[in-house]
Amino acid sequence: MELFLVALALLVLTASFLAAASLVPQVPSIRLCVHIAGPAGIILACALGMAGLFHGSWGAVVPWQAPWGLPLGGGALALDGLSRCFLLPVFGLGAVCAFSGAASLFHHDIGHNIAAHWFFYTLLVLALALVLTARDSVFFLISWELMSLSPFFLIEFDDHEASVREASWVYLVAAHLGAVVLLGFFALAWHMGGSSSALFAGLSLSPAMGSALFVLALVGFGAKAGLAPMHIWLPEAHPAAPSHVSALLSGAMINAGLYGIFRTYTLLDIQGGTPAWWGWCLLLLGLGSALTGIIKASGQSNLKRLLAYSSVENMGIMLMGLGTGLIGMQTGHMGIATLGFAACLIHMINHAAFKGLLFLCAGEILHAVQTVRLDLLGGLQQRMPLLGAAFAVGAAAIICLPPLNGFAGEFVLALGLATGVTLPQMEIQLGLLAALTGLALVSGLAAATFAKAYGIAFLGEPRTRLAANPHLPTAYNLVPLAFPAAACLGLGLAAPQLFALVAQALPLPQEVLAPHTAPLRASLHTVVLVGLAGMGIVALLVLWRRHLLRGAYSQKNSTWGCGFQKGTARIQYTDASFTDPQTEVFSRLMGVQVQSSMDKGYFPAHASYSIEAPDRLRLRLYAPLFDAVRRLCDACKIIQSGRIHLYILYMLATLVALLLWGFAA
Amino acid sequence: MATVLQIAIILLLLGNFAMLTANRLEPRIRLVSFQGALLAALLLLVPQQGANLMHNLLLAGAIVLIKVIGFPLLLHRTLHKVGLASHSAVRGSGHKYAVISGMCCLIFALWLETRLPFAQEIYPPLFFPAALATLFSGLIMVVGRMRALGQVLGYLVAENGIFLLSMPLMMESSTWFELSLLLDVFVAVFVMGIAINYISETFESIDVGRFCSLRD
Repeated sequence: MELFLVALALLVLTASFLAAASLVPQVPSIRLCVHIAGPAGIILACALGMAGLFHGSWGAVVPWQAPWGLPLGGGALALDGLSRCFLLPVFGLGAVCAFSGAASLFHHDIGHNIAAHWFFYTLLVLALALVLTARDSVFFLISWELMSLSPFFLIEFDDHEASVREASWVYLVAAHLGAVVLLGFFALAWHMGGSSSALFAGLSLSPAMGSALFVLALVGFGAKAGLAPMHIWLPEAHPAAPSHVSALLSGAMINAGLYGIFRTYTLLDIQGGTPAWWGWCLLLLGLGSALTGIIKASGQSNLKRLLAYSSVENMGIMLMGLGTGLIGMQTGHMGIATLGFAACLIHMINHAAFKGLLFLCAGEILHAVQTVRLDLLGGLQQRMPLLGAAFAVGAAAIICLPPLNGFAGEFVLALGLATGVTLPQMEIQLGLLAALTGLALVSGLAAATFAKAYGIAFLGEPRTRLAANPHLPTAYNLVPLAFPAAACLGLGLAAPQLFALVAQALPLPQEVLAPHTAPLRASLHTVVLVGLAGMGIVALLVLWRRHLLRGAYSQKNSTWGCGFQKGTARIQYTDASFTDPQTEVFSRLMGVQVQSSMDKGYFPAHASYSIEAPDRLRLRLYAPLFDAVRRLCDACKIIQSGRIHLYILYMLATLVALLLWGFAA
Repeated sequence: MATVLQIAIILLLLGNFAMLTANRLEPRIRLVSFQGALLAALLLLVPQQGANLMHNLLLAGAIVLIKVIGFPLLLHRTLHKVGLASHSAVRGSGHKYAVISGMCCLIFALWLETRLPFAQEIYPPLFFPAALATLFSGLIMVVGRMRALGQVLGYLVAENGIFLLSMPLMMESSTWFELSLLLDVFVAVFVMGIAINYISETFESIDVGRFCSLRD
């Protein structure tokens, strides 16, 4: 705990320094100082925080009370296994993204108040750490608000672009709509418990009241987690933000929403047991989010937007894990509960590693080619082999190829769902098996989507001149990518150990867990070995091929050249044509808009085909809804006529009305 | 003494209605000045608990100085400066509504007096409704008049109403408080006089309806 507190103090110190630096004129010496001291302070604090997480037992709760000068609530903090689990990505990605951001902003910060940027970044990391450890409603809400506000300023980094400004506003509105629901949640919990910290001590409630709190938490925290249908801010905000910010938001901040739902479940003690529908609701919502996310992702041609939708998918998978855990608890099958909860936490940690890596790679692509539109990329693997390798590692991890880390969470979840067949109730068996089928579909679509993302961006021939002559990233830019890439491999190889670590954080007694952990660790170990063997076979095949081709005549031609003498980049697959088979099946769900045109005749001179998948929820539900609210507010402006004597008439009328109300009774 | 007080109160009420019906600014300024004189008289006539006669005389003198002499001079000067002296207000149905509203307010004030037991204890008969009606008349003038100068007059009348309401509650020490309020009002009217000048220069009129163009 002490190390963790020192890390928090260092973050506060860094934030204060950056705040002061952001207020003075940005002369070169100040900028240099900020460029070095800001990220260095954050990285050091994150390293200290990380050390603090591994200091002490994960099974124990370590409380700490901060001196608190405010009238409401108290500055109560506590570190337990669940908090430590969720803090791992915060400190890990916090440091890596600061490093990457420092490298990419060093030469490209003209016209920006760089100190303010790092100030809000520090504030975000600090607020995340506080949210994940707060043990008092008021303190939690203040931290939550800080955590919700600072990304607004981070996303708005390139605020000269109208789309970026719009995206940051969409984010702000979504964040605060969620916060409004959370206010209701905490107010109700306060009312039920009698004090602001009662919720965090555990509340014993009737099923009706508990369900009301559960629904409020699901909506309020779900908006932050980006669960469908509250996900619409994600695909707007993540492409607009600088990539190191997108990586942190996607890998660490949206987890706070999941943490809220998880924590709420552990704190509510329902008389007569948790209602059965909670688990099913989470499972269904998770599956819905996962499917929505991945189907929308496969239709995107903007790489960062694709990654943002993929985050929706992965949050859905984590929520499925949580739902499975709840169903296990409710049916009394501790094996399913263990697998479900563990799947949620393992996938959360792994997601942070590979999604962070992919977003940072996308940032480097943007830096090199000035765009992340897949239809303008191509052939980057030859030109930037290290960046290509890093992206390939991330993509392979996200599509669950063992021994990379992505497989662990989904494997554990699939195992949990499959264990459902041992339950006596037929309807639960069927439900869990249906969810398993859904998970398989999601994984398959994810594989197709990331094959497209990597294939279109990195393989083949460059589609534009910029892609053919990219601005090559320097070693400084590439070094930060090594950390999440190593994490992808390391966490994959150490999947059994990760499971053992996470098991200590589960809301289950250790003696209940023990019989289920050993076999699972063994199966994870087997999968890792199979994965390693697969990699070995591929490596052997590559070496054998080289051996066979040595001395033989071979010729290298352009990819998709198809035997033409002069191949052109236009012959190759585009992202639209890659997605076409899925579009045939899911066009209604994807909401794709296909635009194709072709000249008539045997030799058409002109032909074009493009697929777009705008967010239908945003266009059909939220846009009309907000439009209606705006019209209502405009209509209310009629009382604000600008005529002073009318305003005085309002006062007179109010005075008379108050006198009447006061004395008529 | 009581009869004189009643006559003064009735004069006050009549003055209110005269102001609500008056079309031109000049007679209204004279009526406000007359109301100031009534105020000074009422201050000396109304029985107060623990008040000091010297203090009351001082305050009455200040009222006469500021409300009976100072304001009319100031307002006449502004009137001539913005070139409205010869203009008469547009004749319309507005004043009809103003008088009706004034009557409603008087009825409301009379009703309110029956609901407030303490009002009957503190105030002499009819005093409370008259004071409240004065306050309301001022507000009606502010709401109903389009010219900025008319609104200043309304503001003054409303302030007179507030002064009347507080009169029987005055203690010895509150004289200084009232004096300082009087000074405040003086400064307010002074500033408004200057503001009206600028308004008339900017908008070529002192019709506050034009302020609509200033709203966001």
